[in-house]
This record gives sequence, structure tokens and C-alpha cells, in this order.
Amino acid sequence: MELAPALQLHEVSKRYGAQWALVRLSLSVKRGAALLLTGHNGSGKTTLLRVMSTAVRPSSGKVDVLGIDTAHDPEKVRAQVGLLSHANFVYEDLSGLENLEVLARLLGVAVSAAPRALERVSLSPKDDRPIRTYSAGMRRRLALARLFLKQPAVALLDEPFVELDPAGVSELEARIRELHAAGTTLVLATHHIEQGLQLCTDRLHLEQGRSIAA
Amino acid sequence: MRRPGLLASTWVLFRKDLLVEWRSRSRINALVFFSLATLLLFSFALGPDTALLRRNAGGYLWLALLLSSVLALGESFRVERENAALEGLRLIPVDARAIFLSKGLANAVLLVALGVLLVPVLVALLDVHLVLPWPRLFGLTVLGCLAIAAPGTLYGAIASHARARDVLLPLLLFPVLIPALVAAAKGTALAFEGDPMEQFHSWVSLLASFDILYWGLGVVLFPRVIEE
Repeated sequence: MELAPALQLHEVSKRYGAQWALVRLSLSVKRGAALLLTGHNGSGKTTLLRVMSTAVRPSSGKVDVLGIDTAHDPEKVRAQVGLLSHANFVYEDLSGLENLEVLARLLGVAVSAAPRALERVSLSPKDDRPIRTYSAGMRRRLALARLFLKQPAVALLDEPFVELDPAGVSELEARIRELHAAGTTLVLATHHIEQGLQLCTDRLHLEQGRSIAA
Repeated sequence: MRRPGLLASTWVLFRKDLLVEWRSRSRINALVFFSLATLLLFSFALGPDTALLRRNAGGYLWLALLLSSVLALGESFRVERENAALEGLRLIPVDARAIFLSKGLANAVLLVALGVLLVPVLVALLDVHLVLPWPRLFGLTVLGCLAIAAPGTLYGAIASHARARDVLLPLLLFPVLIPALVAAAKGTALAFEGDPMEQFHSWVSLLASFDILYWGLGVVLFPRVIEE
């Protein structure tokens, strides 16, 4: 029996007030594929990732992740999906390690995996400073460490290269490759098209919430 | 990977909430000074009539706790809004009921600690004396703080989505809390003045019923509140 695609969207629209962020968007992403999302600011990239992650519900249409309908079983979908967002989902008053230990306990993985995930993104588990003292680049690395700890089947990356220095960008590219090589399906939204094209096999260009041939 | 159940998730989040509170001790200090200032203002506003002050001491204690709770609840959801931490919990995914229970319990613990601190201040400031055994007053304080924390956490989550959240929370919370406030204040007054008619248990029962109702409602409604 053929496995369901990693992501399947059918006629998905999303409206915020009078503004349409996505308009009747349909797409299918195979398991293990890497899709690059491009488009200008406000074209709907972030909204599309948030709809796929179940952070927001679509106004109409159907979204399946790994064959699971997000409207019927969002919890099951969330267990399989990791979102690297503009917000880092961390507590400012806790250290990087404390944030990851809380996540590890909630995920049901060994707490010893938390320092390993930090080391993987070149952050020190011994650094006990609160997150509010971290630089923007360090926050981005921590967000990526959260993703590594979760090991999702589908990783949705929203502008992962923002606020990183060139060395940080190269390192992040390597980590994303590792994630993909491990079988994770990737959807990467970025303005860094060159980097994106090196990492991804497919491309979808959005304009005003609509899919345009790239 | 075996995900934790409701109680285990609640325990993890409860410890996280208390750790975040402890790390940001300036907020706790502000809460303590605000509640002390409220008690002092009541005593100054009513003048030197010590009999009147003693008679109403229970009411002052609970008004100070209620006003402080608005600050505490607002802060506890500000922490969750920062960096979209609450959304991060939803997407892990964590059982939304565990988020409600942990946050409600952490808020209740904070209020109980504040209450325990304020009672000696009342004794010194208003010259009240504890007539009933102290465990009874402590039990009443726990029930009263649980009564503030449950609807407070639910409405705190609702208000946190709004632009005028600082105004909205007390507007939603205060009317709902009137029965709990009356029961807690009356029970505390009996603890200070004696209970010849044995009414204390009636107020405790009212508070306990209020707690059961609102903690139950919170567990049912909170998951809907935090979804988009």
C-alpha cells in the first residue's frame, strides 16, 4: 500500500479579517522531499507554514499531514510536525538547557538528550544565563535545538537564516541537511533563495496567497 | 518516545511555572509590596477606629489578595505570550488541561504564600487575634486562593488575546468571584472573632463548591480558549 504524502493541501484558504492570506491553495509534498517556499513579504509563506503546523486553522479547505486530517486530529499531527518560527517558543527567564529539559520531559524523551541537542547547534549546556541575555543568533540556534530534540517527521522552517552571521548560516545549512538526510520532510520558507535552492528539491512561489509557477 | 500523561505533564509545567516565578523575583517583590500597600491604605482610609478595622480585617485581607491576584495572573500570561511560549506548548503537543492545571496551581501557590505573609501583618497592623485554630484559617486561605486562581487562569487566558487585557481581566474576574470573596472574608472574620454559631463550615463548604465548579469548568473550557 502506498504511503500518504507528507503534506497534502486541497483548496486551502485563510482569511484574517478582510485580508486573504491564502487563496484556494492546493499542493502535495512527498515524504522525505524538501520544498522551498519563496515569495515577497506578505505573500502567505508564514501563514501556509502555520496552517500546516496546525498553529492556525484554515478558513476553508483540507490539510492532511502524513495522511492525518489536521481538522480532525490536530494533536496527532502536532506530534509529527516541528515548526521553526519567528517566535522561538522559549521562556526568557530560563537557561537554554532548562528550556530544553522542560521540552524533553513533555516530549517523553530522556532528559540527557537536552545537552546533546544544545551541543549539536554549538551552544554550551553549561551556559546557565537566562535566554534574555542571548543574542539573536543564539536564540535561532536554540530554536533549532528544540527541533532536533523533537525529531519531527515534517520540519517547517520559517526564515531559518534570519539574524545569523555567515558562519551561522553555513552551520545551519549543514544541520538542515542532516535533518533531511535522516528522512525528515522539509518545507523551507526563505528570502535566501540561493541557500534554499541548494537545500531543497522542489519550489513553490507564492504571490498574494496564490501559487505561481516559479 | 512515551509521552507523559495528564498528571505528569501538569507536574512538569507546574515546576516550570514556579521556576520562572522564582527567577523573576522582582515580580514577586512587586506583588508583596503592592499587597502590603493595599492593607496599609485600607487602615489609613478608615482612620483610627480599631474596632471597625478588626471587624473588617477578613475583608481587607481578601481584597488585598484579590487585587494582587490581578497583577499575578496578568504577569503569568505575559510570560506565556513572550516568544509565543504558549503556542509552543500547544504544538509540542501538550494536553491543554495540563497547562490550565499547572498555571492555576502555580498561581494558587503564589497567592497562598502571599496570604500567609499578610496574616501576621494584619495581626500587627489591625490588632486582630486568631480565635479558631490556625490550620482552619490556613485551609480556608488555600480554598480561597484556589477559588481566585481557577477563574483567574481561565479569564487570564481569554484576556491575554485582547488589546485591553489589563482592563479586561478584572472586568471578567471580579463579578464571578463575588460568592468566593464573601465566603472567604466571612470565614476569615469568624477565624479572627470566634465562631459561636458554628458557621465556619458553611463558608468552607461554599468555597469548596465554588472551587469544584470553577476548576471543573476550567479543565473543560481552557482547551477551547487557547486554540485559535
